[in-house]
Amino acid sequence: MKRPLRRLGAAVIVMVVLLLGNIAYTQVIKADDYRADPNNKRTLVAEYSRQRGQITAAGGVVIARSDPVDDQYQYQRVYPEGAVYAHPVGYYSMRYGPTGVERSQNEILSGEAPELIAGQLSDLITGRDPRGGNVQLTLVPAVQQAAYSAMTDKGYVGAVVAIEPSSGKILAMVSTPSYDPTPLASHSDADQRQAYNDLVNADPSPLLNRAISAVYPPGSTFKLVIAAAALQNGYTPQSTVTGESTITLPGTGGATLSNFGGETCADGGGADVTLTQALAFSCNTAFAQVAMSLGAPVVRKQADALGVDDQGVDIGLDVVGSRLGDVPDTASLAQTGIGQRDVAVTPFQMAWITATIANRGDKMAPHLIAQTTKPDLTVISQTQPQSLGQAIPIPVADQLRDMMVESEKHTPGSGSIADLVIASKTGTAEHGTDPKNTPPHAWYVAFAPADNPKVAVAVLVEDGGDLGTNATGAKVAGPVGRSVIAAALAGGS
Amino acid sequence: MLVFAAVVVTSALVIVELNQNRTLSWSLAYYGGGYLLALAIAHLLVRRYAPYADPLLLPIVALLNGIGLVMIYRLDLARAISAVNRGEEVPTPQAALQLVWTGVALVFFLIVLLVVRDHTVLQSYAYTLALVGVVVLAIPAVLPSSLSEVNGAQIWIRVPGLFSIQPAEFAKIALIIFAAAFLVSKRSVLSTAGKKVFGLVLPRARDLGPLIVALVLALLVLVRGKDLGTALLLFGTLLAMIYVATGRVSWLIIGMLGFAGGAYLAYQLFSHVRVRVDIWLDPFGDPLGNGYQLVQSLFGLGTGGIFGTGLGAGRPDIVPFASTDFIMAALGEELGLVGVTAILLCFLILTARGIRTGLAAKDGFGTLLAGGLSFSLALQMFIVVGGVTRLIPLTGLTTPFLSYGGSSLLSNYVILALLVRISDSSRRPPEPVRPAPAAVPLAEANTQMVPALNPPGGKA
Repeated sequence: MKRPLRRLGAAVIVMVVLLLGNIAYTQVIKADDYRADPNNKRTLVAEYSRQRGQITAAGGVVIARSDPVDDQYQYQRVYPEGAVYAHPVGYYSMRYGPTGVERSQNEILSGEAPELIAGQLSDLITGRDPRGGNVQLTLVPAVQQAAYSAMTDKGYVGAVVAIEPSSGKILAMVSTPSYDPTPLASHSDADQRQAYNDLVNADPSPLLNRAISAVYPPGSTFKLVIAAAALQNGYTPQSTVTGESTITLPGTGGATLSNFGGETCADGGGADVTLTQALAFSCNTAFAQVAMSLGAPVVRKQADALGVDDQGVDIGLDVVGSRLGDVPDTASLAQTGIGQRDVAVTPFQMAWITATIANRGDKMAPHLIAQTTKPDLTVISQTQPQSLGQAIPIPVADQLRDMMVESEKHTPGSGSIADLVIASKTGTAEHGTDPKNTPPHAWYVAFAPADNPKVAVAVLVEDGGDLGTNATGAKVAGPVGRSVIAAALAGGS
Repeated sequence: MLVFAAVVVTSALVIVELNQNRTLSWSLAYYGGGYLLALAIAHLLVRRYAPYADPLLLPIVALLNGIGLVMIYRLDLARAISAVNRGEEVPTPQAALQLVWTGVALVFFLIVLLVVRDHTVLQSYAYTLALVGVVVLAIPAVLPSSLSEVNGAQIWIRVPGLFSIQPAEFAKIALIIFAAAFLVSKRSVLSTAGKKVFGLVLPRARDLGPLIVALVLALLVLVRGKDLGTALLLFGTLLAMIYVATGRVSWLIIGMLGFAGGAYLAYQLFSHVRVRVDIWLDPFGDPLGNGYQLVQSLFGLGTGGIFGTGLGAGRPDIVPFASTDFIMAALGEELGLVGVTAILLCFLILTARGIRTGLAAKDGFGTLLAGGLSFSLALQMFIVVGGVTRLIPLTGLTTPFLSYGGSSLLSNYVILALLVRISDSSRRPPEPVRPAPAAVPLAEANTQMVPALNPPGGKA
């Protein structure tokens, strides 16, 4: 019995050796595969436990940072500026994933980007925990704050986007109502869920980024696009157009299209007016006729050139596409001419069009990311201003500017700034199934100073803001736009 | 050795606390001290009632049990955190319960040691034990599943609100004792008689009859209750014992053929067996469904790497059943290959010491019993660790002394007590009347076994 028992002992040794061999294979050779497997939650947890990079605005103002804390994740993501930057920056939630710049720049922030791996190797050797890189945004705190305050002071639902025309830098991006992202990054799953459910259930939704993820009828602000097309196709600012209060839409059996309030254009009693006057007084009949005379292809060509092409655009965040619509017949072309019917644009898109006019037709690539840096602040990449081509000829852009200056002179509403010449266009866009009884969306797009533009802005206030069905772009959105311009120019940006 | 074990366990506890960013308190010292005190009492009693027993057996078990306790405590912390995060009630800590079970197990250990003053008396209860074993084993199968089913396996006896036990753990011991007694009594017949077919000596049915009947009954009950791990363990242990008793390789071959046939049959008959095998062959085929457990276990091991994440610094709680079946995955994640190797070597030393006890035993029954019990420990460890590391298909079993679970702890301490008892009687110097010539082969046995089984750099 002793000999077989000894053999049994040897068998046990073999068993242990087999186990150890297999465990060594698992823990050493296959270890990297297992660590990198997307189903391995530990990798995700490790990412959350890493010191994530900062997100800053222009001037180094910290919008998102990771503070060391005494729990299993070691770092707590905090958003010192709270709701003001929530939409562009997003949140970094373990349960709901990252959004906004936290998502689009995750590789840099988490330290996974190839440019940061080398640094992490040395971190490993020196025993420092790997850290993420930093992202600096183009947002200017004074402008962002002004936009946010102007919207929230009045309780407006809507969006503001401000762009520096010469560079395409996005100076402000605000969507209201907003939210504080910090609870969504809480290490308590219960807190995260609570915060998220509250936001999901809120109406109007605070989670929607109205600046880039929602489209609205542009209303009269779209007359800028029609005017741009017209000025390249036989029209001049002095060309005469109809001043009638109402026109009949062809092929509809008598449906009509009228000016705002049923008035004649520029109080001219129905006499012809100049194109400049038609834009300044935002005469619908005139622009409907201009659009019809240009034809759909010409209108579409200009809209495409200015970025209303149904394609999204990447500005560091993904912007949903703005579109002209199908324009199936002449009547719809007339309605398209005044930014109604199927035309749908993001507030960002209107800001971009305005910035392009301000930059004398030279369309600059809009961007939100100024630069990315390593943990030691050496630059990884820097966004340079980039021209996407001439969307409008220079002379036409200059004529448009002058017409917009006239338009601003006829725009009521508070907030005008002494000695400052603003070029602007308002819009009061009907929407819904019963447009005449639904509070319209109020628009205001502008740039200033007119002769040397430093800032272009688009303001959208949903559903008439605080004025209901009496709302106009001028009265509701205009003051918001001017306060943003004032903040941008005061900051010397 | 005991002090060493207590120090290792206490430091491990301290590391857990530090890595979980909790403040150190004197209560930790109390835990460590209490654990040391309990074991010291056990040790002194062993010295008193089994003075010649192998002095290494208890400390190794104390070390393993302590490491298990620390890991269970550490998993408690993780479960508490995730419960708080989910806004749920914090679950009952398992570590405190396990500590109580350890105490109870130590008491059982001492009772067995005191009651069984001579292991040979067990021989006379062989058939009784076999009957008790099979009956106890069958109880969960006849109980309503509300009283016997936990996580899909109908292998428990549950007393609602009080406790639940896994009778198989105890039936295992009873059956091993029975087999040892039976095989010793039939040894001469078994190793000589039998027809020879294709070079294999076939056993005569009537010689092995009772054993086969007991075994088949036990296996049927276990397979039906989905307790494949215990079935495999029992079968393997008894086969090994038959081999040791007869010294015949032919028995092994017959057993293996029988196992292959049985395994094939089980694969065809039972869907849960097929699922296990499929997971084993391709765990990543369904990483979030059936394969989740094993895949997470492998992820844990892979993440741990060579040196591990450190106690309290990993996420072993991601693996389901981390404190029971998958405790080795948890240990592998936080202690790394190094820690797992140390633990496996502890098992190797424990088994080696047990087998040496068998070799040194003065009677055939003692040899067979010690060999069978030690091998069952090693085999159980192999089946479960091999399962969680994907060496073999996963079958649910606890890791002896490490895993959370009262039944497992109790039964393994009973095994330990029996080993200590056999070891004591085998090493007890013969009555002074006659200086034993038998001591020579014993000494030889020792010198032969120690280098073979003591691994280089082991913790002995």
